[in-house]
Amino acid sequence: MIRLFWKRLREGHQTSKKPVDALQLTRRFRGRPKLSPQLCEDECRGCAEVCPTEAISTSPLELDLGACLFCGACEEACPTGAIQLTHDHRLAVNRREDLVLSDRELPLAQALEARMLKIFGRSLQLRQVSAGGCSGCEAELAALGNVVFDLGRFGVQFVASPRHADGIVVTGPVTANMERALRETYAALPTPKIVIAVGACAISGGPFAGARASGDGIPQDIPVDLYLPGCPPHPLSIVDGILRLLGRYE
Amino acid sequence: MSEYSGPRQAREGDEKDPGAATLYWGRNGLSLALEDVPRVSVSTLRDTCVDLCSRGSRLVALCALPPLCNASDSPHAMEDRARDDQASAGRAHCERAQGTEILAVLADDAEGRLGFVRADVGAKRAYPALTPDLPQAQAFERELFESHGIRPLGHPWLKPLRRHAAVESPAPGSFSAGPRYPFLEVRGEGIHEVAVGPVHAGIIEPGHFRFQCHGERVLSLEIQHGYQHRGAEALLLQSSPARRLVIAESIAGDTAVGHATAYCTAMEALAEASLPFAAKMLRGIALELERLANHIGDLGALCGDVAYLAGASVFGRLRGNFLNMLMEISGNRHGRGLLMLGGVRAGFDASIREELLNRITKDEIEFKKMAVLMFNAPSVLARFEHTGIVKRETAQDLGLVGPVARAIGLARDVRHDHPTGLYRFAHIPVAESSSGDVMARAVIRWIEAQRSLLFVQERLRELTETAQGTEIGSYRAGRLVVSLVEGWRGEIAHVAMTDAHGELCGYKIVDPSFHNWFGLAMAVRGNEISDFPVCNKSFNLSYAGHDL
Repeated sequence: MIRLFWKRLREGHQTSKKPVDALQLTRRFRGRPKLSPQLCEDECRGCAEVCPTEAISTSPLELDLGACLFCGACEEACPTGAIQLTHDHRLAVNRREDLVLSDRELPLAQALEARMLKIFGRSLQLRQVSAGGCSGCEAELAALGNVVFDLGRFGVQFVASPRHADGIVVTGPVTANMERALRETYAALPTPKIVIAVGACAISGGPFAGARASGDGIPQDIPVDLYLPGCPPHPLSIVDGILRLLGRYE
Repeated sequence: MSEYSGPRQAREGDEKDPGAATLYWGRNGLSLALEDVPRVSVSTLRDTCVDLCSRGSRLVALCALPPLCNASDSPHAMEDRARDDQASAGRAHCERAQGTEILAVLADDAEGRLGFVRADVGAKRAYPALTPDLPQAQAFERELFESHGIRPLGHPWLKPLRRHAAVESPAPGSFSAGPRYPFLEVRGEGIHEVAVGPVHAGIIEPGHFRFQCHGERVLSLEIQHGYQHRGAEALLLQSSPARRLVIAESIAGDTAVGHATAYCTAMEALAEASLPFAAKMLRGIALELERLANHIGDLGALCGDVAYLAGASVFGRLRGNFLNMLMEISGNRHGRGLLMLGGVRAGFDASIREELLNRITKDEIEFKKMAVLMFNAPSVLARFEHTGIVKRETAQDLGLVGPVARAIGLARDVRHDHPTGLYRFAHIPVAESSSGDVMARAVIRWIEAQRSLLFVQERLRELTETAQGTEIGSYRAGRLVVSLVEGWRGEIAHVAMTDAHGELCGYKIVDPSFHNWFGLAMAVRGNEISDFPVCNKSFNLSYAGHDL
């Protein structure tokens, strides 16, 4: 017991600083892509050809972050540096169309409207629904509970029942076998409710877009409040997105 | 590849294993001509598998051979047709389902070789099931029936494997299971049923668990899968090479490096490409870092399930440190994007090496300190010991793999038995335990983590050059390859085939979870239902890897 006590003392404080520090992101971390269409050479489709999920269209150069896996193949293929992956982990947006990058800035997520913010601003309970997720996104969501990211300190918790939840966090391309369970879980949430889509699969189908036994992400008729692109998104990206939704950056 | 004299063709009347005359003996990660795989009668295939498995071999895969492998029709032509109209997607599936040949791959761990044999089940698309004499075939045969309509006659429990109602068009002759699938039911006084899932209380993947209990005691657990079924194998065949790799990385997201290694090794073998040694090194290092992150994470989760929160916190944090080391190498916490056909994408320099070595040395000390505390805590031992025991015979019968098998004294480890890549040059001793309970599975992880720590440090010190890749060229026509990788969860098997034009025409993925889920169902029998979480976590199986 005394040994455990010493171990605890030596552990000290391991939690990342508020709001989030990017100290853990190394120089190799592949974050938000930066596009410079003016550098594109005519007729060059190098980036679009190597993209595994057909997220890139050329002339004009556009990149759909909702389908992007942040693999960096486009950056490697580009002869002029028109696509560069930065170390920026801030990726969350409110609307699907905001995820289509061109030469403009990524419009980062805004806070919920005042009425919702009054209800959820200081305490948000979430239920996670994995609908075909490979466990990559699930692992990063689970990591939010560890001592480093500790999402609980912001009043955000994952709960065990939709009846206890204010919103759902959906991962995976939504397989045919999970669609009903997803819809029932959504219906079981008391209103008002929010939906957070985590990962390329939930947003666009990701690597599994067009697969025979699964959909292309969350069905259109379920409204999504926050999109978190990535494969999987870094836990810091998720923390950042949720805090933006709760208006903690104002 | 020079140290191998090439696969050995079994000789007629081989004294050591008489049943082996019908097999083609090959090696892990070496391709062979499909034509060289002996075509035998179904009963011979059956007898060969049962006979060899009774003498220590294992069934690695049992799958249908696509008829397209022999025909001139390439998957691209099929894909074009599929684009024509929506209905043809289903038709293309049925066309592939019309094959009548099955392929069995057996592993002879002692000799480090793989046996290949195939048989034609005939126009009736039925054959005498292996499962009654070889229980480890049970899921493979359910898959044959469900996905290809090949009926294993006399299969004791031919229930749905992945498919529920209204998913894909079922193969002709197979079932389309409705939501009213009758679960095994126990009747009697004081018997009650507990149904859990598909959406679980924590942050995990979906699956349905049906417990039959008497008071607190679990009499039976039945696990229904399929919620995660995305159609990964079919999609992989239709996709571009760039897409195939990201699909392989997403079969089970916590094993991205393991599955990507299996995929790349298979494709490189089909092209008969050889890799720069530095690339093999970096792949091996990444695979061990993935193992470390997951084993340490599992120890933390086990601590969490028995309310030993100090362990849960410290191991949870250390797990993240190892994921961050993977990010240091690959740019992604799960090692995505590191592998490519012909090598690795990321370069490697001395500064990364020093950084990693410093971090590992520090984390190793912390890990060992915490593990010693955990394995000496009475509250942990009381919950781990004698909980969720899998008997050795059960593990043998079900063909369990990975740490779960090693925890009951079945020393199966692809890195040792069928080494490829880095593991042909550098060895890791196989960890073994004998009690087969949660404690043994925890101890195996603790031993393996220590050995991986040592291994990674040694390899990092040796690695000097910048790792990179080579062009692998085109695939040889009419070839077959099995690529085995010891992922952190156990044996990953990828089976790949090319047609007469050298196009990929068949792909089969076997995640270790495919073998091990039934082991979990057996482990909880007779235990208290409150011990289910800790049993489950000690297996920590993949839903997506099983469902594909």
